[in-house]
Amino acid sequence: MKTFTYSRAESQSDAVQSAQAGTAFIAGGTNLLDLMKLEVMTPDHLVDINHLDLKRIEETADGGLRIGALVSNSDLANDMRVRTSWPLLSQALLSGASGQLRNKATTGGNLLQRTRCYYFYDTDTPCNKRTPGSGCAAQGGFNRIHAIFGTSEACIATHPSDMAVALRALGAKVEILRNDGEVQKVPLGELYRFPGDNPEVETILHPGDLITHVLLPAPLGGTQIYRKVRDRASYAFALVSVAAIMRLQNGKISTARLAFGGVAPFPWRVPEVEDLIEGQAPSPALWTQAADLLLQDAKGQGSNDFKIPLLRRTLAAVLEQATNGADI
Amino acid sequence: MQSKLKINNAEYHLDHDPRTSLLDALRNHLGLTGTKKGCDHGQCGACTILVNGRRINSCLTLACMHDGDEITTIEGIGTPDEMSDLQSTFIDHDAFQCGYCTPGQICSATAMLEEARQGWPSHVTDDLTQSADLSDAEISERMSGNLCRCSAYPNIVAAIRQMAGETQ
Repeated sequence: MKTFTYSRAESQSDAVQSAQAGTAFIAGGTNLLDLMKLEVMTPDHLVDINHLDLKRIEETADGGLRIGALVSNSDLANDMRVRTSWPLLSQALLSGASGQLRNKATTGGNLLQRTRCYYFYDTDTPCNKRTPGSGCAAQGGFNRIHAIFGTSEACIATHPSDMAVALRALGAKVEILRNDGEVQKVPLGELYRFPGDNPEVETILHPGDLITHVLLPAPLGGTQIYRKVRDRASYAFALVSVAAIMRLQNGKISTARLAFGGVAPFPWRVPEVEDLIEGQAPSPALWTQAADLLLQDAKGQGSNDFKIPLLRRTLAAVLEQATNGADI
Repeated sequence: MQSKLKINNAEYHLDHDPRTSLLDALRNHLGLTGTKKGCDHGQCGACTILVNGRRINSCLTLACMHDGDEITTIEGIGTPDEMSDLQSTFIDHDAFQCGYCTPGQICSATAMLEEARQGWPSHVTDDLTQSADLSDAEISERMSGNLCRCSAYPNIVAAIRQMAGETQ
Protein backbone atom coordinates (compact mmCIF):
# COMPACT_ATOMS: atom_id res chain seq x y z
CA MET A 1 0.00 0.00 0.00
CA LYS A 2 1.21 3.53 -0.82
CA THR A 3 1.72 5.84 2.10
CA PHE A 4 -0.94 8.37 3.02
CA THR A 5 -1.73 10.82 5.75
CA TYR A 6 -4.81 10.43 7.91
CA SER A 7 -7.16 12.80 9.68
CA ARG A 8 -10.54 12.59 11.36
CA ALA A 9 -13.31 14.96 10.34
CA GLU A 10 -15.26 16.36 13.28
CA SER A 11 -18.02 17.97 11.20
CA GLN A 12 -19.40 17.81 7.68
CA SER A 13 -17.96 21.21 6.80
CA ASP A 14 -14.62 20.11 8.26
CA ALA A 15 -14.77 17.02 6.01
CA VAL A 16 -15.47 18.81 2.74
CA GLN A 17 -13.00 21.60 3.50
CA SER A 18 -10.16 19.23 4.35
CA ALA A 19 -10.56 17.36 1.08
CA GLN A 20 -8.53 18.20 -1.99
CA ALA A 21 -7.57 16.36 -5.15
CA GLY A 22 -5.93 13.13 -4.00
CA THR A 23 -8.04 12.97 -0.84
CA ALA A 24 -10.45 10.11 -0.21
CA PHE A 25 -13.14 9.98 2.43
CA ILE A 26 -13.09 6.71 4.35
CA ALA A 27 -16.24 5.36 6.02
CA GLY A 28 -16.61 1.56 6.16
CA GLY A 29 -13.50 1.21 4.04
CA THR A 30 -14.33 -2.31 2.88
CA ASN A 31 -13.91 -1.48 -0.80
CA LEU A 32 -11.44 1.42 -0.54
CA LEU A 33 -8.88 -0.45 1.59
CA ASP A 34 -9.16 -3.52 -0.61
CA LEU A 35 -8.29 -1.35 -3.61
CA MET A 36 -5.55 0.51 -1.72
CA LYS A 37 -3.85 -2.75 -0.80
CA LEU A 38 -3.67 -3.61 -4.49
CA GLU A 39 -2.60 -0.01 -5.33
CA VAL A 40 -5.56 0.33 -7.66
CA MET A 41 -6.49 3.39 -5.60
CA THR A 42 -3.67 5.46 -4.15
CA PRO A 43 -5.04 8.44 -2.20
CA ASP A 44 -2.49 10.79 -0.62
CA HIS A 45 -4.77 11.59 2.28
CA LEU A 46 -7.65 9.84 4.02
CA VAL A 47 -10.33 11.81 5.84
CA ASP A 48 -12.09 9.50 8.29
CA ILE A 49 -15.75 10.54 8.31
CA ASN A 50 -16.95 7.85 10.73
CA HIS A 51 -17.49 10.36 13.53
CA LEU A 52 -19.93 12.56 11.64
CA ASP A 53 -23.53 12.65 12.78
CA LEU A 54 -24.87 10.74 9.76
CA LYS A 55 -25.93 7.46 11.35
CA ARG A 56 -29.65 8.05 11.76
CA ILE A 57 -32.69 7.00 9.74
CA GLU A 58 -35.27 9.77 10.06
CA GLU A 59 -38.88 9.92 8.89
CA THR A 60 -39.61 12.81 6.54
CA ALA A 61 -42.74 14.98 6.38
CA ASP A 62 -43.81 13.39 3.08
CA GLY A 63 -43.85 9.88 4.55
CA GLY A 64 -40.41 8.89 3.32
CA LEU A 65 -37.08 8.26 5.02
CA ARG A 66 -33.89 10.29 5.22
CA ILE A 67 -31.05 7.83 5.63
CA GLY A 68 -27.71 9.06 6.92
CA ALA A 69 -24.79 8.19 4.65
CA LEU A 70 -23.03 6.39 7.52
CA VAL A 71 -25.93 4.06 8.33
CA SER A 72 -24.46 0.59 7.90
CA ASN A 73 -25.91 -1.80 5.34
CA SER A 74 -26.92 -4.06 8.27
CA ASP A 75 -28.74 -1.33 10.14
CA LEU A 76 -30.56 -0.22 7.00
CA ALA A 77 -31.57 -3.76 6.03
CA ASN A 78 -32.74 -4.50 9.59
CA ASP A 79 -34.70 -1.31 10.20
CA MET A 80 -38.29 -2.45 10.75
CA ARG A 81 -39.67 0.54 8.82
CA VAL A 82 -37.59 -0.46 5.80
CA ARG A 83 -38.45 -4.15 6.18
CA THR A 84 -42.15 -3.33 6.32
CA SER A 85 -42.61 -0.45 3.88
CA TRP A 86 -39.61 -0.59 1.51
CA PRO A 87 -38.91 -4.36 1.56
CA LEU A 88 -37.22 -4.17 -1.84
CA LEU A 89 -34.36 -2.29 -0.17
CA SER A 90 -33.95 -4.83 2.64
CA GLN A 91 -34.03 -7.69 0.15
CA ALA A 92 -31.35 -6.10 -2.01
CA LEU A 93 -29.09 -5.27 0.94
CA LEU A 94 -29.41 -8.76 2.41
CA SER A 95 -28.52 -10.32 -0.95
CA GLY A 96 -25.19 -8.49 -1.01
CA ALA A 97 -21.80 -9.26 0.54
CA SER A 98 -21.51 -11.06 3.91
CA GLY A 99 -22.66 -10.38 7.45
CA GLN A 100 -19.23 -8.98 8.33
CA LEU A 101 -19.10 -6.65 5.34
CA ARG A 102 -22.67 -5.40 5.78
CA ASN A 103 -21.81 -4.42 9.34
CA LYS A 104 -19.03 -2.16 8.08
CA ALA A 105 -20.24 -1.01 4.67
CA THR A 106 -22.21 2.23 4.68
CA THR A 107 -25.09 3.61 2.66
CA GLY A 108 -22.95 6.30 1.00
CA GLY A 109 -20.02 3.99 0.43
CA ASN A 110 -22.18 1.30 -1.14
CA LEU A 111 -23.30 3.80 -3.79
CA LEU A 112 -19.70 4.75 -4.56
CA GLN A 113 -18.13 1.30 -4.58
CA ARG A 114 -16.02 0.52 -7.63
CA THR A 115 -16.50 -2.12 -10.29
CA ARG A 116 -15.24 -5.67 -9.72
CA CYS A 117 -13.91 -5.91 -13.31
CA TYR A 118 -10.92 -8.28 -13.07
CA TYR A 119 -8.75 -5.98 -15.15
CA PHE A 120 -9.55 -2.91 -13.05
CA TYR A 121 -8.15 -4.88 -10.10
CA ASP A 122 -5.08 -6.17 -11.96
CA THR A 123 -2.49 -3.41 -12.20
CA ASP A 124 -0.48 -5.43 -14.73
CA THR A 125 -3.19 -5.04 -17.37
CA PRO A 126 -4.54 -2.02 -19.28
CA CYS A 127 -7.64 -0.39 -17.81
CA ASN A 128 -9.00 3.01 -18.82
CA LYS A 129 -10.88 3.33 -15.54
CA ARG A 130 -7.77 2.75 -13.42
CA THR A 131 -5.16 4.27 -15.74
CA PRO A 132 -6.88 6.60 -18.24
CA GLY A 133 -5.76 6.06 -21.82
CA SER A 134 -4.15 2.66 -21.18
CA GLY A 135 -6.84 0.65 -22.97
CA CYS A 136 -9.44 -1.93 -21.97
CA ALA A 137 -8.31 -5.51 -21.47
CA ALA A 138 -11.88 -6.67 -20.81
CA GLN A 139 -12.85 -6.18 -24.45
CA GLY A 140 -11.58 -9.31 -26.13
CA GLY A 141 -10.66 -10.71 -22.71
CA PHE A 142 -12.63 -12.53 -20.03
CA ASN A 143 -15.80 -10.49 -19.78
CA ARG A 144 -18.56 -12.74 -18.51
CA ILE A 145 -19.31 -10.36 -15.59
CA HIS A 146 -19.36 -7.26 -17.78
CA ALA A 147 -22.07 -4.89 -18.99
CA ILE A 148 -24.55 -5.22 -21.83
CA PHE A 149 -25.96 -1.69 -21.54
CA GLY A 150 -24.36 1.76 -21.42
CA THR A 151 -20.86 0.66 -22.36
CA SER A 152 -18.35 2.68 -24.39
CA GLU A 153 -15.29 1.87 -26.43
CA ALA A 154 -13.26 2.79 -23.37
CA CYS A 155 -15.04 0.69 -20.72
CA ILE A 156 -17.54 -2.16 -20.32
CA ALA A 157 -17.48 -2.43 -16.52
CA THR A 158 -20.57 -2.87 -14.36
CA HIS A 159 -21.57 -1.20 -11.11
CA PRO A 160 -21.65 -3.98 -8.51
CA SER A 161 -24.18 -2.68 -5.96
CA ASP A 162 -27.44 -4.44 -5.16
CA MET A 163 -28.62 -1.69 -2.81
CA ALA A 164 -28.37 0.96 -5.53
CA VAL A 165 -30.54 -1.11 -7.88
CA ALA A 166 -33.33 -1.21 -5.31
CA LEU A 167 -32.91 2.50 -4.56
CA ARG A 168 -33.21 3.35 -8.25
CA ALA A 169 -36.45 1.40 -8.55
CA LEU A 170 -37.75 3.07 -5.39
CA GLY A 171 -37.07 6.55 -6.81
CA ALA A 172 -34.46 7.50 -4.19
CA LYS A 173 -32.53 10.75 -4.23
CA VAL A 174 -29.03 11.45 -2.99
CA GLU A 175 -28.31 14.47 -0.83
CA ILE A 176 -24.86 15.89 -1.48
CA LEU A 177 -22.91 18.49 0.46
CA ARG A 178 -20.82 20.15 -2.22
CA ASN A 179 -17.28 21.22 -1.56
CA ASP A 180 -18.40 24.89 -1.71
CA GLY A 181 -21.07 24.33 0.98
CA GLU A 182 -24.08 24.03 -1.35
CA VAL A 183 -26.54 21.21 -0.60
CA GLN A 184 -27.92 19.42 -3.64
CA LYS A 185 -30.50 16.65 -4.00
CA VAL A 186 -30.30 14.56 -7.15
CA PRO A 187 -32.18 11.45 -8.29
CA LEU A 188 -29.93 8.43 -7.87
CA GLY A 189 -29.79 7.84 -11.62
CA GLU A 190 -28.29 11.31 -12.08
CA LEU A 191 -25.48 10.64 -9.59
CA TYR A 192 -23.78 8.34 -12.09
CA ARG A 193 -22.19 9.15 -15.46
CA PHE A 194 -21.91 7.03 -18.56
CA PRO A 195 -18.30 5.87 -19.05
CA GLY A 196 -17.89 7.53 -22.47
CA ASP A 197 -14.27 8.51 -23.07
CA ASN A 198 -13.61 9.05 -19.35
CA PRO A 199 -14.61 5.92 -17.44
CA GLU A 200 -12.44 7.03 -14.51
CA VAL A 201 -15.09 9.69 -13.76
CA GLU A 202 -18.01 7.66 -12.46
CA THR A 203 -20.23 10.22 -10.75
CA ILE A 204 -21.09 13.92 -10.75
CA LEU A 205 -19.17 14.32 -7.47
CA HIS A 206 -16.13 16.59 -7.42
CA PRO A 207 -13.23 16.19 -5.00
CA GLY A 208 -14.50 17.10 -1.56
CA ASP A 209 -18.18 16.58 -2.34
CA LEU A 210 -19.79 14.39 0.32
CA ILE A 211 -22.91 12.25 0.08
CA THR A 212 -24.67 12.99 3.37
CA HIS A 213 -28.04 11.24 2.98
CA VAL A 214 -30.19 9.07 0.81
CA LEU A 215 -33.82 10.15 0.55
CA LEU A 216 -36.55 7.55 0.09
CA PRO A 217 -39.96 8.77 -1.10
CA ALA A 218 -43.14 7.57 0.61
CA PRO A 219 -43.76 3.82 0.30
CA LEU A 220 -45.08 2.67 -3.07
CA GLY A 221 -46.68 -0.47 -1.64
CA GLY A 222 -47.46 -3.24 -4.09
CA THR A 223 -45.40 -6.37 -4.46
CA GLN A 224 -41.67 -5.76 -4.20
CA ILE A 225 -39.15 -8.32 -5.44
CA TYR A 226 -35.37 -8.21 -5.73
CA ARG A 227 -34.21 -11.22 -7.72
CA LYS A 228 -30.46 -11.74 -7.94
CA VAL A 229 -28.92 -14.37 -10.22
CA ARG A 230 -25.34 -15.29 -9.43
CA ASP A 231 -22.73 -18.04 -9.65
CA ARG A 232 -23.36 -19.30 -6.10
CA ALA A 233 -26.23 -18.99 -3.67
CA SER A 234 -24.58 -16.49 -1.31
CA TYR A 235 -21.77 -13.96 -1.08
CA ALA A 236 -21.36 -13.32 -4.81
CA PHE A 237 -22.02 -10.38 -7.09
CA ALA A 238 -25.01 -10.37 -9.42
CA LEU A 239 -24.65 -11.64 -12.96
CA VAL A 240 -28.02 -10.01 -13.47
CA SER A 241 -30.54 -8.72 -10.99
CA VAL A 242 -34.06 -7.36 -11.31
CA ALA A 243 -35.73 -5.04 -8.82
CA ALA A 244 -39.47 -4.77 -9.30
CA ILE A 245 -42.32 -2.91 -7.65
CA MET A 246 -45.69 -3.89 -9.12
CA ARG A 247 -49.22 -2.87 -8.18
CA LEU A 248 -52.36 -4.33 -9.66
CA GLN A 249 -55.79 -2.71 -9.80
CA ASN A 250 -58.86 -4.34 -11.36
CA GLY A 251 -56.71 -6.93 -13.08
CA LYS A 252 -54.41 -4.36 -14.68
CA ILE A 253 -50.93 -3.21 -13.71
CA SER A 254 -51.34 0.23 -12.17
CA THR A 255 -47.73 0.81 -11.15
CA ALA A 256 -44.52 -0.73 -12.50
CA ARG A 257 -41.06 0.27 -11.33
CA LEU A 258 -38.10 -1.74 -12.59
CA ALA A 259 -34.34 -1.47 -12.22
CA PHE A 260 -31.59 -3.84 -13.27
CA GLY A 261 -28.21 -4.71 -11.79
CA GLY A 262 -25.08 -6.45 -13.05
CA VAL A 263 -25.71 -5.26 -16.59
CA ALA A 264 -24.63 -1.60 -16.81
CA PRO A 265 -22.17 0.97 -15.45
CA PHE A 266 -24.84 2.03 -12.95
CA PRO A 267 -28.23 0.72 -11.81
CA TRP A 268 -30.16 0.55 -15.06
CA ARG A 269 -33.70 1.81 -15.50
CA VAL A 270 -35.69 2.16 -18.70
CA PRO A 271 -38.90 4.14 -18.05
CA GLU A 272 -40.30 3.12 -21.46
CA VAL A 273 -40.50 -0.48 -20.25
CA GLU A 274 -42.50 0.63 -17.21
CA ASP A 275 -44.79 2.74 -19.45
CA LEU A 276 -45.35 -0.26 -21.72
CA ILE A 277 -46.45 -2.46 -18.82
CA GLU A 278 -48.61 0.01 -16.91
CA GLY A 279 -52.29 -0.16 -17.78
CA GLN A 280 -51.97 -3.66 -19.24
CA ALA A 281 -53.18 -6.98 -17.89
CA PRO A 282 -50.37 -9.32 -16.81
CA SER A 283 -49.52 -11.94 -19.44
CA PRO A 284 -46.50 -13.85 -20.71
CA ALA A 285 -46.88 -12.02 -24.03
CA LEU A 286 -46.54 -8.70 -22.19
CA TRP A 287 -43.38 -9.90 -20.47
CA THR A 288 -41.95 -10.78 -23.88
CA GLN A 289 -42.76 -7.31 -25.19
CA ALA A 290 -41.19 -5.74 -22.11
CA ALA A 291 -38.03 -7.81 -22.51
CA ASP A 292 -37.84 -6.99 -26.24
CA LEU A 293 -37.99 -3.28 -25.43
CA LEU A 294 -35.52 -3.54 -22.53
CA LEU A 295 -33.02 -5.55 -24.55
CA GLN A 296 -33.27 -3.82 -27.92
CA ASP A 297 -29.98 -1.98 -27.34
CA ALA A 298 -28.23 -4.74 -25.38
CA LYS A 299 -24.78 -5.60 -26.61
CA GLY A 300 -22.88 -8.72 -25.58
CA GLN A 301 -19.09 -8.75 -25.42
CA GLY A 302 -18.52 -12.45 -26.05
CA SER A 303 -18.30 -14.22 -22.72
CA ASN A 304 -21.24 -12.24 -21.33
CA ASP A 305 -23.62 -12.86 -24.24
CA PHE A 306 -25.55 -15.19 -21.92
CA LYS A 307 -26.68 -12.17 -19.89
CA ILE A 308 -29.10 -11.13 -22.64
CA PRO A 309 -31.28 -14.28 -22.50
CA LEU A 310 -30.68 -14.55 -18.74
CA LEU A 311 -32.03 -11.04 -18.16
CA ARG A 312 -34.99 -11.79 -20.45
CA ARG A 313 -35.91 -14.86 -18.43
CA THR A 314 -35.25 -13.26 -15.05
CA LEU A 315 -37.44 -10.28 -15.94
CA ALA A 316 -40.28 -12.57 -17.05
CA ALA A 317 -39.97 -14.67 -13.88
CA VAL A 318 -40.04 -11.61 -11.63
CA LEU A 319 -42.96 -9.96 -13.43
CA GLU A 320 -44.92 -13.21 -13.30
CA GLN A 321 -44.18 -13.68 -9.59
CA ALA A 322 -45.00 -10.06 -8.80
CA THR A 323 -48.39 -10.16 -10.51
CA ASN A 324 -49.40 -13.70 -9.75
CA GLY A 325 -51.78 -12.88 -6.97
CA ALA A 326 -54.81 -10.89 -6.02
CA ASP A 327 -55.07 -7.15 -6.65
CA ILE A 328 -52.82 -5.28 -4.29
CA MET B 1 0.96 7.79 14.62
CA GLN B 2 -0.54 6.84 17.98
CA SER B 3 -3.72 4.92 18.67
CA LYS B 4 -5.33 3.64 21.84
CA LEU B 5 -7.18 0.37 21.37
CA LYS B 6 -9.43 -1.33 23.89
CA ILE B 7 -9.17 -5.05 23.23
CA ASN B 8 -10.75 -7.76 25.38
CA ASN B 9 -11.19 -5.18 28.17
CA ALA B 10 -7.51 -4.20 28.20
CA GLU B 11 -6.06 -0.95 26.87
CA TYR B 12 -3.21 -1.00 24.39
CA HIS B 13 -1.18 1.95 23.16
CA LEU B 14 0.04 1.58 19.65
CA ASP B 15 2.68 3.51 17.72
CA HIS B 16 2.07 2.62 14.11
CA ASP B 17 2.05 3.54 10.45
CA PRO B 18 -1.40 4.76 9.28
CA ARG B 19 -1.48 1.88 6.81
CA THR B 20 -1.63 -0.73 9.58
CA SER B 21 -4.80 -2.78 9.31
CA LEU B 22 -6.55 -3.68 12.53
CA LEU B 23 -5.65 -7.29 11.76
CA ASP B 24 -1.93 -6.51 11.47
CA ALA B 25 -2.09 -4.39 14.62
CA LEU B 26 -3.55 -7.34 16.54
CA ARG B 27 -1.16 -9.95 15.21
CA ASN B 28 2.10 -8.12 14.55
CA HIS B 29 2.05 -5.25 17.06
CA LEU B 30 0.15 -6.70 19.99
CA GLY B 31 0.89 -10.43 19.72
CA LEU B 32 -2.78 -11.39 19.61
CA THR B 33 -2.26 -14.07 16.99
CA GLY B 34 -5.53 -15.92 17.55
CA THR B 35 -7.05 -13.78 14.80
CA LYS B 36 -5.90 -15.28 11.50
CA LYS B 37 -4.91 -13.72 8.20
CA GLY B 38 -6.36 -15.62 5.26
CA CYS B 39 -6.98 -13.65 2.08
CA ASP B 40 -6.41 -10.16 3.57
CA HIS B 41 -9.18 -8.90 1.24
CA GLY B 42 -12.43 -9.56 3.12
CA GLN B 43 -13.29 -12.69 1.19
CA CYS B 44 -12.54 -15.52 3.63
CA GLY B 45 -13.58 -14.34 7.10
CA ALA B 46 -10.56 -15.83 8.93
CA CYS B 47 -9.84 -12.41 10.46
CA THR B 48 -13.35 -11.91 11.86
CA ILE B 49 -13.46 -10.06 15.18
CA LEU B 50 -16.11 -8.11 17.08
CA VAL B 51 -16.09 -4.32 17.22
CA ASN B 52 -18.68 -2.86 19.60
CA GLY B 53 -20.35 -6.29 19.55
CA ARG B 54 -20.57 -6.56 15.78
CA ARG B 55 -18.59 -8.93 13.58
CA ILE B 56 -16.32 -7.35 10.98
CA ASN B 57 -13.35 -8.33 8.81
CA SER B 58 -10.34 -6.91 10.66
CA CYS B 59 -8.27 -6.98 7.46
CA LEU B 60 -10.47 -4.34 5.81
CA THR B 61 -10.23 -1.65 8.43
CA LEU B 62 -7.40 0.50 9.75
CA ALA B 63 -6.22 0.33 13.33
CA CYS B 64 -6.33 4.13 13.56
CA MET B 65 -10.07 4.11 12.83
CA HIS B 66 -10.82 2.20 16.04
CA ASP B 67 -9.47 4.49 18.72
CA GLY B 68 -11.99 4.14 21.55
CA ASP B 69 -13.93 1.17 20.15
CA GLU B 70 -14.55 -2.02 22.17
CA ILE B 71 -12.75 -4.80 20.33
CA THR B 72 -13.20 -8.51 21.10
CA THR B 73 -10.92 -11.13 19.56
CA ILE B 74 -10.96 -14.90 19.93
CA GLU B 75 -8.66 -14.47 22.97
CA GLY B 76 -11.49 -12.55 24.64
CA ILE B 77 -14.14 -15.13 23.79
CA GLY B 78 -12.55 -18.11 25.53
CA THR B 79 -9.31 -19.79 26.57
CA PRO B 80 -8.21 -23.44 26.37
CA ASP B 81 -9.11 -23.83 30.05
CA GLU B 82 -12.27 -21.80 29.91
CA MET B 83 -13.90 -22.14 26.55
CA SER B 84 -17.09 -20.39 25.55
CA ASP B 85 -20.14 -22.61 25.09
CA LEU B 86 -19.86 -22.21 21.34
CA GLN B 87 -16.21 -23.30 21.39
CA SER B 88 -17.13 -26.43 23.36
CA THR B 89 -19.90 -27.13 20.90
CA PHE B 90 -17.43 -26.88 18.01
CA ILE B 91 -15.32 -29.54 19.73
CA ASP B 92 -18.35 -31.75 20.43
CA HIS B 93 -19.27 -31.64 16.73
CA ASP B 94 -15.72 -31.88 15.38
CA ALA B 95 -16.48 -28.65 13.53
CA PHE B 96 -13.02 -28.17 12.03
CA GLN B 97 -10.13 -29.99 10.47
CA CYS B 98 -6.99 -27.83 10.20
CA GLY B 99 -8.48 -25.20 12.51
CA TYR B 100 -7.14 -22.15 10.70
CA CYS B 101 -10.57 -20.66 9.96
CA THR B 102 -11.95 -21.62 13.39
CA PRO B 103 -11.26 -18.39 15.34
CA GLY B 104 -13.03 -16.47 12.60
CA GLN B 105 -15.88 -18.99 12.52
CA ILE B 106 -16.30 -18.74 16.31
CA CYS B 107 -16.22 -14.93 16.39
CA SER B 108 -18.57 -14.74 13.42
CA ALA B 109 -21.04 -17.28 14.83
CA THR B 110 -20.96 -15.66 18.28
CA ALA B 111 -22.08 -12.37 16.74
CA MET B 112 -24.45 -14.06 14.29
CA LEU B 113 -26.34 -15.78 17.10
CA GLU B 114 -26.80 -12.41 18.76
CA GLU B 115 -28.01 -10.90 15.45
CA ALA B 116 -30.58 -13.69 15.20
CA ARG B 117 -31.65 -13.11 18.81
CA GLN B 118 -32.24 -9.47 17.92
CA GLY B 119 -34.49 -10.56 15.05
CA TRP B 120 -32.28 -9.66 12.09
CA PRO B 121 -33.55 -11.27 8.88
CA SER B 122 -31.35 -12.77 6.17
CA HIS B 123 -31.48 -13.25 2.41
CA VAL B 124 -33.27 -16.60 2.88
CA THR B 125 -35.84 -15.34 5.42
CA ASP B 126 -39.31 -15.69 3.88
CA ASP B 127 -41.06 -12.97 5.85
CA LEU B 128 -38.82 -9.95 6.42
CA THR B 129 -41.10 -8.59 9.12
CA GLN B 130 -40.68 -11.65 11.36
CA SER B 131 -37.77 -13.18 13.26
CA ALA B 132 -36.47 -16.33 11.61
CA ASP B 133 -35.66 -19.64 13.29
CA LEU B 134 -32.09 -20.66 12.58
CA SER B 135 -32.63 -23.48 10.11
CA ASP B 136 -29.62 -24.98 8.36
CA ALA B 137 -30.37 -22.76 5.35
CA GLU B 138 -30.44 -19.68 7.61
CA ILE B 139 -27.17 -20.67 9.31
CA SER B 140 -25.41 -21.32 5.99
CA GLU B 141 -26.57 -18.01 4.56
CA ARG B 142 -25.63 -16.02 7.65
CA MET B 143 -22.20 -17.69 7.84
CA SER B 144 -21.37 -17.35 4.13
CA GLY B 145 -18.66 -14.79 4.90
CA ASN B 146 -16.57 -17.50 6.58
CA LEU B 147 -14.88 -19.99 4.29
CA CYS B 148 -13.51 -23.35 5.43
CA ARG B 149 -11.16 -24.83 2.85
CA CYS B 150 -11.25 -28.18 4.65
CA SER B 151 -14.99 -27.95 4.04
CA ALA B 152 -16.05 -28.80 7.58
CA TYR B 153 -19.29 -26.97 6.86
CA PRO B 154 -21.74 -29.77 7.85
CA ASN B 155 -20.22 -29.95 11.33
CA ILE B 156 -19.90 -26.18 11.67
CA VAL B 157 -23.59 -25.84 10.85
CA ALA B 158 -24.43 -28.65 13.30
CA ALA B 159 -22.47 -26.96 16.10
CA ILE B 160 -24.14 -23.61 15.50
CA ARG B 161 -27.55 -25.27 15.19
CA GLN B 162 -27.09 -26.83 18.63
CA MET B 163 -26.10 -23.49 20.15
CA ALA B 164 -29.05 -21.77 18.49
CA GLY B 165 -31.39 -24.42 19.90
CA GLU B 166 -29.98 -24.03 23.40
CA THR B 167 -30.23 -20.27 23.47
CA GLN B 168 -33.61 -19.73 21.84
